[in-house]
Amino acid sequence: MPVLDLMSGFIVELRNAGLPVSLTENLDAMEAVKVIPIEDRDAFKYALGATLVKNNAHWRVFETIFEVYFSLRGPEYEITQDGQPDDFWREMQEQIDQVKGQGEGKGSGGGMDSLTPEEIAAMLMRALMSGDQAMMRALAKQSVQRFAGMEPGRPVGGTYYLYRTLRNLDLDNMLQKLMDANREMSNQQLSSLEERLEKDEFESRIEQFKQEVESEIRRRLVADRGAEAMAKTLRKPLPEDVEFMHASRDEMQSLKKALYPLTRKLAARLTRKRRHGRKGPLDFRNTVRHSLSYGGVPADPKFRYPRPSKPELMVVADISGSVAAFARFTLMFVYAIQNQFSKVRSFVFIDGIDEVTKFFKSTEDIGEAINRVNTEADVVWVDGHSDYGHAFEVFFERHGKDINSKTTVLLLGDARNNYHAAQSWVVKEMRKRARHVYWLNPEPKSYWNTGDSIVGEYGAHTDGVFECRNLRQLESFVENLA
Amino acid sequence: MRVKPRFKDIATVRSGLKKENYLADDGIAGVVYLADRLGKPVLIEGPAGTGKTQLAKSVADMTGARLIRLQCYEGLDESKALYEWNYKKQLLRIQSDKKSDSWSEVHDDIFSEEFLLTRPLLEAITSEEPVVLLIDEVDRVEVETEALLLEILSDYQVSIPELGTITAKQIPLVFLTSNNTRELSEALKRRCLYLHVDYPDLEREKEIVLNKVPDISDNLADQIARIVRSIRQLDLKKAPSVSETLDWARTLMLLGIETIDEKEAKETLHILLKYQTDIAKAAKELSVTK
Repeated sequence: MPVLDLMSGFIVELRNAGLPVSLTENLDAMEAVKVIPIEDRDAFKYALGATLVKNNAHWRVFETIFEVYFSLRGPEYEITQDGQPDDFWREMQEQIDQVKGQGEGKGSGGGMDSLTPEEIAAMLMRALMSGDQAMMRALAKQSVQRFAGMEPGRPVGGTYYLYRTLRNLDLDNMLQKLMDANREMSNQQLSSLEERLEKDEFESRIEQFKQEVESEIRRRLVADRGAEAMAKTLRKPLPEDVEFMHASRDEMQSLKKALYPLTRKLAARLTRKRRHGRKGPLDFRNTVRHSLSYGGVPADPKFRYPRPSKPELMVVADISGSVAAFARFTLMFVYAIQNQFSKVRSFVFIDGIDEVTKFFKSTEDIGEAINRVNTEADVVWVDGHSDYGHAFEVFFERHGKDINSKTTVLLLGDARNNYHAAQSWVVKEMRKRARHVYWLNPEPKSYWNTGDSIVGEYGAHTDGVFECRNLRQLESFVENLA
Repeated sequence: MRVKPRFKDIATVRSGLKKENYLADDGIAGVVYLADRLGKPVLIEGPAGTGKTQLAKSVADMTGARLIRLQCYEGLDESKALYEWNYKKQLLRIQSDKKSDSWSEVHDDIFSEEFLLTRPLLEAITSEEPVVLLIDEVDRVEVETEALLLEILSDYQVSIPELGTITAKQIPLVFLTSNNTRELSEALKRRCLYLHVDYPDLEREKEIVLNKVPDISDNLADQIARIVRSIRQLDLKKAPSVSETLDWARTLMLLGIETIDEKEAKETLHILLKYQTDIAKAAKELSVTK
């Protein structure tokens, strides 16, 4: 396929994945490609990255798509291993012989295909031990070929093959094995610092190997199904579009990483907004006072700048299973910008309710505080199934008097009440006393008020119910709030 | 106006930067090369202390160009970034010979280049000799002020109402750095090549330490790089930057330490980390492993 066609397909795919690629950037990329030789994959990749991706959070997505469209076509990625450089091949053969020598002592020849799974695992361990990159790559190829069981045309996602390959290699125990072997090899006792460093080193090597395996699987899939179909199956949401309720563990990690810079930016924006707010009315007294230095001429008019007061915030969050992640993120988010509020108090509930403000007060580390919320808060009253009605009632009884005209109350949850009594009068009472009462719901709008969700019933008494499925929506809500 | 390219290929950029004691990876060298070939500014983003500003300086040194630096801050305006009329001189000119000139003559005269005070941006494009323009911490100016930069970044020209448009005599290499405290405008991003400089990987960091700290042993540099990598993996308020790694390496050298053990690592952690909670966390993580 000519480069130009490939490029336009590539850019369409970037846009489909949610990257904002403008026309000028597209043209820039074409210009860049002209001066960079396409044979130099790395340079080519960085050239496209520099012209098309203007946000570091999008880099991962870009990399995946790039790999699907470009990286996998180079000569070094030929599936048959005929093209291997001779000396490398010979070296590997020697290693294989070595391993075999230790094993049952079969005759050499036939390359890797004749190896048993145990031998492959042993070789992998040696490669990881010594950090031998070429060996790791070759082994990644070999193990995918052997263990993934890929069949052409089979409509199975890449993760399935990845799982099958890794399970066969027993990577989970590999770290421990490596550590043990390392301890044996070094004669003297390792200090705990050294041990820690070794562990990190091995972890990064294993991670690297996993990526090799992953890209090998991807490469085979592309060869089988074509780039466009493959790109579609690989399409992943950007971190700010990941849904809280369905995030995988990896996505959670990337969400956490994206959260901090986001809050920092938001805080900067809010401070600026507060300072450079609209111009107020003329401050007559101040103007007259300053006019004295001009002989009574009001040459320098003074204005009264509005100083919007910071709101007091009470966060009441459901932390039962399905919405726990959402509550965690919202709490983290709110506490990360807590100096934008005059006071933040937080409460969590399932069917009982508990105040958790103290966890955040006692430490500077928000992550740790959240962990303590999950483990120490006393939120179960009867059976540990969400009971909004009871939780709200208790909340109002204990803390209702603290709600005043400066307070904004945030209620977080999906309002799936397990058919308990709603007690929506509590929300109504809260609204009478508070400045605002808002409800944030992590479910898509189309699910609201279906099944046992009674968000409509509560929502009628609030100042607004907002869908808050991802970081982007959460951020924009908090920005309007502060 | 198209001048001949400064660099032959990416490898030249890389080796040139290395001579200036700046160790570039493929991405950095590639983008600098592209910036020259396409005549586009480079927007460099990344955590603090990863050598963003240093890159511009090193490129200037490498090409033998003059470095013109515009430090951005909140409240930066046209008269400090672009140009300003020299009012005092204009006044003097008007008062000096009142009789001889007609009004129109004076008017034309006082708005000539003689009375123009050039500020960094204008200076960069009017300069005869090659220059590298560094616009530092561009995220500190307000969104509205960013617009000041747009004309110069896309067309390398400055429009002055009284004088007309001043076009660049040569296209300077432009670097913008940002600490990412706010999202830059689309308009600005679109005009630039984007480069994200992250913490270096293990090998590169070790090389940087070896390069920048004289007389350090290979073994110690390796150990430093590995400890720093482990620390960066922790969930910290502020991860140690490259400059802090270098400070730490220098400290260890001064203390005459050849191999780091736990005790020394803990005692000198405050050079790497600046928050008490971070230090406590790192100390705990580094000693308890199992």
